[in-house]
Amino acid sequence: MTTADHKPQILAFLAQFFGEHRLTDDEDIFATGFVNSLFIMQLVLFVEGEFDITVDDDDLEMANFNTVRAIDALVTRKRAAVGAAAQHS
Amino acid sequence: MSDIHTVGVVGAGVMGTGLAQALAQTGHRVLLVDRTKEILAAAERTIAQGLRFGRVLGAKGPKEDRRTVLGRIGLTTDYEGFDQADFVIENITEDWGLKKGVYERLDAVCPERTVFAANTSVIPITRIGAATSRPDRVLGMHFMNPVPLKPTVEMIRGHHTSAATVDTARTLLSQLGKEGILVEDSPGFVTNRVLMLTVNEAVYLVHEGVAGAEEVDRIFKTCFGHTMGPLETADLIGLDTILQSVEGLYTAFSDSKYRPCPLLVRMVDAGLLGRKSGQGFYNYATTLA
Repeated sequence: MTTADHKPQILAFLAQFFGEHRLTDDEDIFATGFVNSLFIMQLVLFVEGEFDITVDDDDLEMANFNTVRAIDALVTRKRAAVGAAAQHS
Repeated sequence: MSDIHTVGVVGAGVMGTGLAQALAQTGHRVLLVDRTKEILAAAERTIAQGLRFGRVLGAKGPKEDRRTVLGRIGLTTDYEGFDQADFVIENITEDWGLKKGVYERLDAVCPERTVFAANTSVIPITRIGAATSRPDRVLGMHFMNPVPLKPTVEMIRGHHTSAATVDTARTLLSQLGKEGILVEDSPGFVTNRVLMLTVNEAVYLVHEGVAGAEEVDRIFKTCFGHTMGPLETADLIGLDTILQSVEGLYTAFSDSKYRPCPLLVRMVDAGLLGRKSGQGFYNYATTLA
């Protein structure tokens, strides 16, 4: 579960805001002109709700949310941490 | 002028919550008043989110525990504590009848020394001053949204506003880490005389099918280097506030160039108010469709 690819869900969410534009994995979504920096709030609330994770203050960095690949990596890391904690409990 | 400690914030909408957050983050005791406990509870949640996302959005200043900052904000529905207020900033809806009532109440409950600032976008400061017994201690302070992140405030001097009142307001702005630019009283002042007309005209472009909202905004961002386009800005401010402001300018100048776009009216009627309602020219969803 922790190694699953989260990109399809992330891309489906982002597609709501990008019209005809097809985002690539490494494209800076805040540099496209489609969304502004305040969009990070929607993005964080989406990944928390969709993937059942909590984004800590230390992870609240633009670098973790500015590309599809970065968001996927963060979700993978967070879910791995949740999975590891569950196995130890 | 000595330091300003206790600041009353009237109205817990988009501006009032941002202002309460900015004041609390800079160590002020804040009294936030609105009509119902539900509005205040929602405001507290909004402020908590604002504190959470502040740093990633570029907020400066020391990192403080969120509970400490929230603990500086007192919530009230009956102006409790306003007899201790050094300064009051009013942020209610752009409706003169409602505003007049608020200023009469403030005038009755606050000490004589308290300065009142109207964070209005179109209503003349001189008229607001006349609703109180202290027109010399009333001025306009037009904060920009999001308040914690914006460094500059448009300050408006009403007909009777004293130099001491302007100095007091500058003291508060310096405590907030902000600066003010002083202008004279006129409907819409500088900012909204231009901005509201620009937003309204941008809505007309969408209404007439000349361009979509994304195209309009991307032109402003990528051609002019603006951080946000006019329609994103409208969504951030709230389309109801935009409409009230455009109508306010229309009334004040009796000039048809301020006639509100029918699409703007229709969107407000439909409850598409922008960021605060989850949908305006853009979608503010946090889930998959």
